[in-house]
Amino acid sequence: MFRYLNTIFAIPKGLWVTFKHLFKKTVTLRYPDVKRETPERYRGLHYLLRDENGKEKCVCCGLCALACPSGCIYMEPEENERGERYAKVYEINELRCIFCGFCEEACPVGAIFLGKEYEFSKDKREKFIYTKEDLLVPFLQNVKK
Amino acid sequence: MLTVVIIALIKVAVVLVVLLLMIAYLTWLERKLLAHFQVRLGPMRVGPHGLLQPIADGLKLLFKEDVTPSGVNKVIYTLAPILSFVPAFMVFAVIPFGDKIFLFGRSIDLVISDFNMGILYIFAVASLGVYGIVLAGWSSNNKYSLLGGLRSSAQMVSYEVSLGLSVIGVLMLSESLSLVDIVRSQDTIFNWYIFRQPLGFIIFLICAIAETNRLPFDLPEADNELVAGYYTEYSSMKFAMFYLGEYANMINASAIATTLFLGGWQGPWLPPVVWFFLKLFTFLFLFIWLRATLPRFRYDQLMRFGWGILLPLALLNIFITGIVMVW
Repeated sequence: MFRYLNTIFAIPKGLWVTFKHLFKKTVTLRYPDVKRETPERYRGLHYLLRDENGKEKCVCCGLCALACPSGCIYMEPEENERGERYAKVYEINELRCIFCGFCEEACPVGAIFLGKEYEFSKDKREKFIYTKEDLLVPFLQNVKK
Repeated sequence: MLTVVIIALIKVAVVLVVLLLMIAYLTWLERKLLAHFQVRLGPMRVGPHGLLQPIADGLKLLFKEDVTPSGVNKVIYTLAPILSFVPAFMVFAVIPFGDKIFLFGRSIDLVISDFNMGILYIFAVASLGVYGIVLAGWSSNNKYSLLGGLRSSAQMVSYEVSLGLSVIGVLMLSESLSLVDIVRSQDTIFNWYIFRQPLGFIIFLICAIAETNRLPFDLPEADNELVAGYYTEYSSMKFAMFYLGEYANMINASAIATTLFLGGWQGPWLPPVVWFFLKLFTFLFLFIWLRATLPRFRYDQLMRFGWGILLPLALLNIFITGIVMVW
């Protein structure tokens, strides 16, 4: 008998719970129109930094490729006319990448970072191999600072 | 004579159009309310706040391919959606949705037909809907459809008994089977049958939800067990007809509950039609609210609840009503 009474009283209780939810602010967003704020330490698409003169910071030491657990970074070094080492080829396979951020930690010159960009779907697998041109920030972006 | 026929036809047309519009926007209301119950936004894309969504849905269903699976009994397969769609719309013929109005010097009753057996007519027509469901389940050549159809028939037949009995208290008090008379007998709020027949009202409400296959009792279409129940194999307009029938039944159940227990169109200040729709929407909201709250019954629980609790309670209600009346 008491069991039945409990069941009956549970119904208005449950109704009250759902009724309160009716007036709450929704947790979902209208996604393509409104985007969720990413946390500060969010790990998205990589980018390569330039120094204050607009030159690439990367010295092609290979430590990021060494630290990378999924082995998605490929680079070929070359020296310029002043004998400075730079990366002739620098590719990241974003399909293999697990966005762990180890490359960022390993980099001795602070050249590679993981940004907040997370919308980079493509229609072909080949397009996911990001070259140096794709990854480097625009020429003047750092200079202004 | 001719004018009477024309007036009746106009009333039928108006009621049909309003009913169809209400069904369309009931789907919108249900999706929107359910979404907000679950702290989501619901349809937002088509029109402001998704207001054009029902129209988009209707158009989509019209243009969909009409698939008839192999091995179905074609005649019955085609007949079933019609059988569940038409009775749902016939019920509204006897429901009074407003007081007399005066137009062009003649008084018009806001009810399509006031005949003295209204309640009996409603029960007779409403139980025809079961045929559509059973035949759809049987003719689809699909085990899920068959199981859904069987469950549905068992559920609707057993809850119809308590539904019928729960109304008898009201009929005893109003001493009439005509819905217009029942509304007229609830002239003040204290005469509303929800206060004079509280037990009957609760039984009626539960049975009405079970009859319309709404959520705590939606075993016929239990998605996670039966795919979509009896209309698994249906597509395009045939599917739409089941859908329309289902929502029309929801509106019917609300309208009958309003008429029998909440005093129909009676109410102060506002015009009677507005009162009718307000009460109707209270019930529709309750239906959606319950859907957002309660989990589904198990099949044996459903049967035990129907026969073991609701039926004795309905009989007790009649008994008590009789004693109080004789007193």
